[in-house]
Amino acid sequence: MTAPAHPQHAPAPHAYVSPIPVRRAHLGDALASEWTKIRSVRSTMWTLGVMILLMVVIGLGVAAIAASSEVSMDEETALGFGFFGMLPASICVITLGVLTIASEYGTGMIRTTLTACPSRARVLTAKAIVFFLLVFTVTTVVATLVALAQVALVDAAEPSADEWLRATVGTGAYLAALGLLSLAIGTIIRHSAGAITVMIGLLLLPLVAALFMFSVALKSVQEWLFTYAIPSQMIALYSAQPPFGEDGPAGWEPLLIMGGTAAVVLAGAYALLNSRDV
Amino acid sequence: MIELEGLTKRYGTKTAVDHLSFQVRPGVVTGFLGPNGAGKSTTMRMMLDLDNPTSGTVRIDGKHYRELHEPLKHIGALLDAKAMHGGRSAYNNLLCLAQSNRIPRSRVDEVLGLVGLTAVAGKKSKGFSLGMGQRLGIASALLGDPEILMFDEPVNGLDPEGIHWIRNLMKALAAEGRTIFVSSHLMSEMALTADHLIVIGQGKLLADTSMADFIQQNSRSYVRLRSPQQERLRDVLHANGFTVVEAGGGVLEVDGATTEKLGELAAENGLVLHELSAQRASLEEAFMQMTAGAVEYHAHGTDVHGGAAAPGPQWGATTGTTTGTTSEGA
Ligand SMILES: Nc1ncnc2c1ncn2[C@@H]1O[C@H](COP(=O)(O)OP(=O)(O)OP(=O)(O)O)[C@@H](O)[C@H]1O
Ligand SMILES: [Mg+2]
Repeated sequence: MTAPAHPQHAPAPHAYVSPIPVRRAHLGDALASEWTKIRSVRSTMWTLGVMILLMVVIGLGVAAIAASSEVSMDEETALGFGFFGMLPASICVITLGVLTIASEYGTGMIRTTLTACPSRARVLTAKAIVFFLLVFTVTTVVATLVALAQVALVDAAEPSADEWLRATVGTGAYLAALGLLSLAIGTIIRHSAGAITVMIGLLLLPLVAALFMFSVALKSVQEWLFTYAIPSQMIALYSAQPPFGEDGPAGWEPLLIMGGTAAVVLAGAYALLNSRDV
Repeated sequence: MIELEGLTKRYGTKTAVDHLSFQVRPGVVTGFLGPNGAGKSTTMRMMLDLDNPTSGTVRIDGKHYRELHEPLKHIGALLDAKAMHGGRSAYNNLLCLAQSNRIPRSRVDEVLGLVGLTAVAGKKSKGFSLGMGQRLGIASALLGDPEILMFDEPVNGLDPEGIHWIRNLMKALAAEGRTIFVSSHLMSEMALTADHLIVIGQGKLLADTSMADFIQQNSRSYVRLRSPQQERLRDVLHANGFTVVEAGGGVLEVDGATTEKLGELAAENGLVLHELSAQRASLEEAFMQMTAGAVEYHAHGTDVHGGAAAPGPQWGATTGTTTGTTSEGA
């Protein structure tokens, strides 16, 4: 509570003011920042690169096998083959989604990020938008190219406009929504390996578990799991009628379910991010 | 200007920060001192709105942190943990921060130059040495050219050249009228850098004083004596009204006396002296005395206990740095 010690360091008459003009920061600034972040780490290139490779190689491979086989496909379109590339691609999307936020916790970068932008909701929103648009664009483009090749290669029914839309934009949106769910889980768990494990478990375990439900008492649970497991939903995205049994989602419905789930979990992530210590 | 009022943080039953109230003023370097686990980093995280206080408030120029429009232009911080993404280049690490606060790209180049990292701007920060990482952290703090700067143990792991650089940087920044708040657990370091001192122990405020006052009040000066005739020497000193403290190893310490007076006294009594020197207790000692009751992680001899670095257990017996020593045999 006393005057400063050394006269040569006496307080300057006026407190320092940053010469850089200040205005209210907004979402646009956070978006620019998050775009720089996501494009400047190698994990983005790796996960997206591997994803593109898997979608292309598996998509073309399956189409080539189908083209050389004798089985006729008058009823179905070739677009359904897109599923085979979509499942492995979803693992890459999950990884990227989780890393987008959890790597900040792993490195301690999150503290710097939140010091620069104390509105935590804005940070998460910017991350979600940048991530969603990136994944949606890349997967839609790749899915479209692969679908075109599949339709050209395989002798099958001519797809309708709606089927085209679901196999391209629908695939992109579904994977991007799955990615958003991963981003939300990454925000909640704050640990890359942990969150990726949880998401891959969510992706694959329901089907595996359903396979082992022999008991009659568990019949309804088993059916529910078979219908609503993420891989089944992906298959349903390509089909106008429920692919397993009489009810269950089909067409655009799986996308709504995934989008809704991602939104709910993301809301939880917002609440936690806002209330927790960093 | 940073103002803390009744700032408290509890983790479960543990109170890490306990009703801290103080102000950090512009134009000077304010040292924030406390032993390991005293709550320095926790306090700083609450100042930056990273951790929520259990109670109490922090105001930055009268505002809550969240009310600052572009915070990096008001306050820059270097936290104790490496707070950068190692897979990103130094330039991009700074660029993404700059963009979030609309700081021009040219400023990124500028601060990289300022901390001497221009040559490695494109390199991933993962490969940086401790000192380079610290410089990058300082660059990020300076990015918005802010009025307030906060450094959590900035000299940790730096070589003497780096320490010298940071010390001068902080003084220069303060001289421009900025508010500089720097934490440390090294009193000796603070004595060279800080103008004002805030000491905490176990989360509680122990001192809020100017450095000069602290030095004046806390550096005890005394005379150190060694003699083969220790018993007789002590009796003579007692007889002449001096208070003698035995410091172990045959050393006697006398407060409030000059070497001249004691040397003459020994000569008059025909006593042999092996040492007669004026001593000044180090500030480090004063600091440890002050926080003694509040040190959380003591080192216990051979007891392997926890990982936290702790001050030596027997600081009372050690002699501090000697300033203005005069020795004469008798
Ligand atoms: N997230 C947390 N959860 C539980 N306890 C915590 C947490 N963060 C800090 N603490 C406790 O609060 C106390 C203060 O810690 P803090 O890191 O603020 O000390 P410090 O003064 O910075 O120490 P150092 O000099 O070692 O850096 C410590 O006892 C620590 O164990
Ligand atoms: Mg600390």
